[in-house]
Amino acid sequence: MMFEMVDVIDLTLLLFLSVLAITIARLRNLFAIVIVSGFYSLVSAGLFTVLDAVDVAFTEAAVGAGISTVIMLATLLIVGSEEKPSNRPRIWPLLAVVVTGAFLVYGTLDMHPYGDAQAPIHQHVAPRYIEASGDEIGVPNIVTSVLASYRGYDTLGETCVIFTAGVAVLMLIGQALRFRQKEGEA
Amino acid sequence: MSDQPILRVIAKMFIPFLMLFALYVQFHGDFGPGGGFQAGVIFAAALVLYALIFGTEQAKRVAHPRALQLLVACGILLYAGTGVAGILLGGNFLDYGALDHHNPVHDQHLGILLVEIGVGITVTTVMTSTFFIFSARKNS
Repeated sequence: MMFEMVDVIDLTLLLFLSVLAITIARLRNLFAIVIVSGFYSLVSAGLFTVLDAVDVAFTEAAVGAGISTVIMLATLLIVGSEEKPSNRPRIWPLLAVVVTGAFLVYGTLDMHPYGDAQAPIHQHVAPRYIEASGDEIGVPNIVTSVLASYRGYDTLGETCVIFTAGVAVLMLIGQALRFRQKEGEA
Repeated sequence: MSDQPILRVIAKMFIPFLMLFALYVQFHGDFGPGGGFQAGVIFAAALVLYALIFGTEQAKRVAHPRALQLLVACGILLYAGTGVAGILLGGNFLDYGALDHHNPVHDQHLGILLVEIGVGITVTTVMTSTFFIFSARKNS
């Protein structure tokens, strides 16, 4: 049989993703765009689950489909939900997208086939982690042992990124809000 | 949205389970999928759901913005502090091997636990306070 069951699921989800992406590009109502983007995240989470990246799927479903959709909706309450009509020429954005897409497709030509066990990523440090994690770390979930112990320094950096983003939002929007409230009192 | 009885009842039923699930994901990260990032996001989603249904003012009484801002820093300090504790106990930065000399695997467990709790606290509080700030703007 040429197509396995997993391939059928993958192709269906990828087809969904492209339909949703085209829908988002064609829609002009921002409210509808936010909702369809949330659906796009949910389908991506399904795709990550099929790829056995359950941790990533978790995060995508909770952040992409949940919290970021809510925050975007809160933003729409401020800016309104209709896109301003633009009369700039549309040929340049299309050209930029086509050229970038062509480069990305060109980049995939060098990649190993999907799911290939001989790909460099499965040959370099992964076998070392898989063999030694049980004795060295003793945590059954190797993802956690790589994330929090072997690559603890990287995860500290990632946490710093979230911290910085939070502080930036607090300073930029939170301060402006406090200033406006004070003005309102005066 | 507080005049919608169905939403209120469903939210009241779901929020405790969401929070419990977040804690499960946090502390079960050693054995199954999950960890600080995922747990933090789920816990924040529970708080955001509470704020959406019962109003931001009510939610701010549960999670005070000042406390959230303090906890944003506390989470990352706990992470970095675990690393510094490794140095003080004679190892390298983020070297959990120095935390507990009795058993080479226990110290790894302890280190991962502390670090994941740090990540969870920072992610929860950043997400929640971002939502509070955005929802406060629309009222002004």
